[in-house]
Amino acid sequence: MAHFTKATSIKDWLNQRLAIEKVEKVLASEYWIPKNINFLWAMGMILVITFVLLLVSGIFLLMYYQPNVDTAFDSVNYTIMREVGFGWLWRHVHGVAASVVFLIIYIHMFTGIYYGSYKKGREMIWISGMLLFIAFSTEAFSGYMLPWGQMSYWAGMVITNLFAGGSLHADGLVEWIRGDYVPAQAFLTRFFMLHVLLVPLAIIGLIGLHFGALRIPHVNNQDGEEIDFDEESKKYLAGDKAGSKVIRFANDFMAKDMMVVGFYLVFFFYLVFYHYGFAMDPVNFDPADGLKTPAHIYPEWYFLWSYEILRPFSTDVGLMAFAFAQGIFVFLPFLDRSPNAVPASRRGLFKYWFWAMLVDMIALTAMGKLPPEGIFSTIGLVAALGFIGLWIALPIITYFEKKA
Amino acid sequence: MKDNSRRGFMGKAFGGVGAVGAVASLFAMKKSWDPLPSVKAAGFTTLDMSNYNENEVITEKWRGKPVFVLKYTPEMTAKLDEKQKERTIVIDGSHYMVNIALCTHLGCIPSYEKDNKKFLCACHGGMYDFTGAVTKSPPPRGLDIPPFKIDGNTLVLGEEGTEYKFMKENGITL
Repeated sequence: MAHFTKATSIKDWLNQRLAIEKVEKVLASEYWIPKNINFLWAMGMILVITFVLLLVSGIFLLMYYQPNVDTAFDSVNYTIMREVGFGWLWRHVHGVAASVVFLIIYIHMFTGIYYGSYKKGREMIWISGMLLFIAFSTEAFSGYMLPWGQMSYWAGMVITNLFAGGSLHADGLVEWIRGDYVPAQAFLTRFFMLHVLLVPLAIIGLIGLHFGALRIPHVNNQDGEEIDFDEESKKYLAGDKAGSKVIRFANDFMAKDMMVVGFYLVFFFYLVFYHYGFAMDPVNFDPADGLKTPAHIYPEWYFLWSYEILRPFSTDVGLMAFAFAQGIFVFLPFLDRSPNAVPASRRGLFKYWFWAMLVDMIALTAMGKLPPEGIFSTIGLVAALGFIGLWIALPIITYFEKKA
Repeated sequence: MKDNSRRGFMGKAFGGVGAVGAVASLFAMKKSWDPLPSVKAAGFTTLDMSNYNENEVITEKWRGKPVFVLKYTPEMTAKLDEKQKERTIVIDGSHYMVNIALCTHLGCIPSYEKDNKKFLCACHGGMYDFTGAVTKSPPPRGLDIPPFKIDGNTLVLGEEGTEYKFMKENGITL
């Protein structure tokens, strides 16, 4: 056994048993962050804060929500909204955060794409991030089922139908996923389980992996400069704080991070208190009815771009295009053939690729919300083909990219 | 070396038994997600065909989906062409249309126009005749016919009888 001495303080007592000082250094005060970054690097912290908001509001909703097809709707719309003290607050925080978290994820993703933060040893950061995106999408979809309104029911019907694989008619697989011929009690209870236990566990594990993947390659910077973190941190610790290219994660970098978080939270709670309606689909305030289809079935805004890729094609081609869109982002570090880890603005054709991809996804999102008629369906088709074309072009244009 | 080979053996033995256990657990997990026997038992709907009035559409429910039942009048029966006859179910001398009431375009529920004897889907303007065959696009095919079995004067939905199998083999329904 290790040798223990009589403790001189509570801190010393803990230090002898848990090495808390060393842990604090590794995680915070000697975890080094480049100075040359901007507010876009705060998105990770914003996501952590939003996840905590979802977790806390979710815990309170869980105390009154009933996963039963007969009582689920009323437990949300009557019990939580009208009877539980501040129940409306938890629901609106949960609903708004579920929507806003995707906005931040998309900003976080496109920041990474712009600055080349998936290259040169940072591939696992990107891949674990995309796995988190899939986990969050599953979490969002399973949560959307729970109020058991018309949109819950019909979104559940349509999305699970995708697993039939079009002409493959794999109805057995769809029935297996639902536990019934249509979404019913078995379906609601298993999606409840996924939403409150299995998927959150996966998310927490993946967040650990995502942070872990960051430790060896370190945080990227605005110029994609390769920083010798050992050298620069020595300089900092020796007192040359101005000359060093890095600062401590805490409290130095955190101070800036939390300032951006502060602006974000003002925006977030403005939405929660004054503009929560965007996250609450009016159709979902009708209880689920398997014998009545809503006139238009559309997903939440953050899934619209991939829904629009599915829509302009015939069933089978659409499903393949949809699967392509869902999976392709994971392979970005390998499809980008250029070794240049610099901002897109200094990368020749890739600069245009980046902005074309961003505009294309915004166009897909906008068209996904509009009815598929006339000019909208033409724009949607062009944007969907553009999305696929851009990904095919990526390895080619990056292969011929000049070394920066 | 001797120790190592023993440890190696222990590792392989544990791994082997563990792998069998893992496969068995996956099997159990798969079966746990299967539709329950009670759900499957509720997947059959028995209709007493003597209850229906002529030229009146009744919406029944089978596996959570709406199903149209329409008994033809003698005039309607007399007018049937070959294609329409193929879609028609004959029970005890009477002719019926029994179709899943979801438009094959995007799943809306069409409504029956009693006087014109046709179905109209309000969502995108698709039309069907009284036998459920398409008369105006966008629907890609006629209304689907649920699996059925004729049993005397009753019709069991969810079971595949000879008449249904014949329809399926000949591409009259999916």
